[in-house]
Amino acid sequence: MASILAVDDSASMRQMVSFTLKGAGFDVVEAVDGVDALSKAKGQSFNLVITDVNMPNMDGISLIKELRGLPAFKFTPLLMLTTESGNDKKQQGKMAGATGWIVKPFNPDQLLATVKKVLG
Amino acid sequence: MSIDMAQFHQVFFEESFEGLDIMESGLLNMDPGTVDDEEINSIFRAAHSIKGGSGTFGFNDISGFTHIMETLLDEMRDGRRPVTPEAVDVLLRSVDVLRDMLAATSDDGEVDEERVQEQKAELEQILNGKPGEVATDVGAADVAAQPVGGVEVRPIGWHIVFRPLSHMLRTGNDPLRIIRELAELGDLKSEGDISALPALSSYEPEDSYLSWDLHLHGDVEKQAIDDIFDWVEDDCELIIMPLLPEGEPEAVMVAATAAPTASEAETPVVQAAPPPVEQRSKKDRRSSKDRRTKDRRQSVGSSGGGSIRVEISKIDALINMVGELVITQSMLSMLGEDFEMDRLERLNDGLAQLERHTRELQESVMQVRMLPISFTFSRFPRLVHDLSSKLGKKIELKMTGENTEVDKTVIEKIGDPLVHLVRNSLDHGIEMPEVRLAAGKPETGTINLSASHKGGNIVIEIRDDGQGLNRDKIEEKAIEKEIIDEDHNLSDQQIYELIFAAGFSTADVVSDVSGRGVGMDVVRRNINELGGSIEIESDPGKGSAIIIRLPLTLAILDGQTVTVADETYIVPLVSIIESIQVKADQINRVAGKGETFKLRDEFLPILRLHELFGIENPNASSLEEGLLVVVEGDGRHCGLFVDDLLGQQQVVIKSLEANYQRVDGISGATILGDGSVALILDIPGLLRLAAETGADSAAKQTA
Repeated sequence: MASILAVDDSASMRQMVSFTLKGAGFDVVEAVDGVDALSKAKGQSFNLVITDVNMPNMDGISLIKELRGLPAFKFTPLLMLTTESGNDKKQQGKMAGATGWIVKPFNPDQLLATVKKVLG
Repeated sequence: MSIDMAQFHQVFFEESFEGLDIMESGLLNMDPGTVDDEEINSIFRAAHSIKGGSGTFGFNDISGFTHIMETLLDEMRDGRRPVTPEAVDVLLRSVDVLRDMLAATSDDGEVDEERVQEQKAELEQILNGKPGEVATDVGAADVAAQPVGGVEVRPIGWHIVFRPLSHMLRTGNDPLRIIRELAELGDLKSEGDISALPALSSYEPEDSYLSWDLHLHGDVEKQAIDDIFDWVEDDCELIIMPLLPEGEPEAVMVAATAAPTASEAETPVVQAAPPPVEQRSKKDRRSSKDRRTKDRRQSVGSSGGGSIRVEISKIDALINMVGELVITQSMLSMLGEDFEMDRLERLNDGLAQLERHTRELQESVMQVRMLPISFTFSRFPRLVHDLSSKLGKKIELKMTGENTEVDKTVIEKIGDPLVHLVRNSLDHGIEMPEVRLAAGKPETGTINLSASHKGGNIVIEIRDDGQGLNRDKIEEKAIEKEIIDEDHNLSDQQIYELIFAAGFSTADVVSDVSGRGVGMDVVRRNINELGGSIEIESDPGKGSAIIIRLPLTLAILDGQTVTVADETYIVPLVSIIESIQVKADQINRVAGKGETFKLRDEFLPILRLHELFGIENPNASSLEEGLLVVVEGDGRHCGLFVDDLLGQQQVVIKSLEANYQRVDGISGATILGDGSVALILDIPGLLRLAAETGADSAAKQTA
């Protein structure tokens, strides 16, 4: 079963993402910010990371950069959740090594469709 | 799969309200002109989360409104827009509006649409007024995102040349996934190009060398193809050309051989994975449904409003204590099974242990009700900010001891009195900037709001460096209102305390800031109801302070048991100063004005409890026979005459009002160890009662 790391400082978003993915049979680990996520990523490998961008302590872009630097995450799909329709954040994310993005607001079906696409 | 989004609403509202508090306090901390990165980032994040959440959960009004705020905050964050006091004010008002919107949505109430629109307009005015064209920026980006696929003839398909750059795999993207997605759109023919493959010796296994020539047939929008390549736009060379109905397509179909083999070689690996996922998902879906109903029940429970958040550590302490209690209990029951007298000592030990654990458990349970006073304090920065700009004063609010824990009931009841007191300081205490400068004081006035534990009390202080109380004005007013006589003999301190008298207001003009003279007496009554006292200090020209003392907890009280005839009463230990036996020469009888006694150069009135409560046949009728308990209430002292002191003990307060009715001079009742009921004396109330019956009138003359 594919395992997914869901990172968001907002509890409601985190719950929604995690609930949706668990419902679809994925193993989901939640993290509340970049620092939390990074420490969890170092202890376990994941098939996919979905992270919010704006977070305290360590934001999503820095997290992606850090993760991409870890051997275990060299090819792992790293998706960011962005609300910005502007390309700024997406570009920064790509530079940092992000695979792609999911634009908020999204509904559970859209989330699942994207995740399934990425995980094959 | 459909998911009931309503289950996340409660959490969303909770975190949004928290976010609003963060925004509010952040905005209040923001110094116009300079931008503290961390501060504005946290404000922005809060707005951003609310916007994201509300959009996701379908509260489009809220997300629309927050979007405008976020845009403004974003510009401030990037330094594209100066942080002006006006902008901060507008944002603060927007926070209010947003809070109302959230509250209305969460309670299914009405949103004040007009106010929302007004506030929106105000925000937009700021946005459009000065630098930063973000509003138009967004529009431009949207337009740019729309592909200019203005092909007159509808294409029958697309010819796509897709050459991943060498680093594509290292972004987590997989060309195969993209090709698979394209295949879902229509009939896909692909031709792989391996010409870029290097010799094995210089082959980098992590690079991608393949490229594809793809022909997609079918009625497909270009947007759909763009979407698929959205993530990899910069990681590949991409050409997308429409296939027009003319003969051209056939030319390409000929050599479509090499590519499928290349991709097929990898496909099985990927395809092997999905089936287990599918199987698992069904099972999990069922169990998650159970979980969901459980979640919902929990969220309904917590939305009741009467809940408190308790730190895990407190609950752990509680559980730990219960564990100890269970051990003690089982030890005792083992001891009791076949008890023999030689085990008496162990029984006593066990009982002592039981007592200790019970007390500790009691303390732990009390801790659960304790909350940091910051719950109450947090509203003041905003209040001071708003009022000082309204009054044209410059005021800085300093808060200390916000983490001091007080009983939940205190948190609920102390709020309004404190608001009143802080408003008073703002309105009457702190002078206008020019007056302050003329008096040689800094232009900005300071209000200190502090909370601390002192002894068994919580002390809350509101201290300002304003003009202090105007003694003459208070005196004049009190005489005018016939609260005191013209030939009174009061000290300055006693004059100051007159502001607590009913119907007293010194404001020349009743402003909408500091109430209409219903103020201070109500404040004092509220605080007395909490078992606390209030004091005032004033230094003309230098400032004034209000000091509130509150008992640590309202459910349990350290009491001194006293007896009068057959009755037992509890005197709260906090109000006892000392207990003495008086000698005849200390007593001073003033004709018609009651009795006083002299204690270290001070004359204190004597209250005979048996007279006050109409108890017949007290054991001690002359003052030398009994005891005087010197007590303090509302800043006044007096001697309470009782028969005897019994001992000190903690008593659990039972409400008299809930079980019987309110009785003057009594704050509650408790049940003693022998099962009898004892009344708890309300010392400030007793003093007032005595004053009304005239026994206290001597105090004015002697003190």
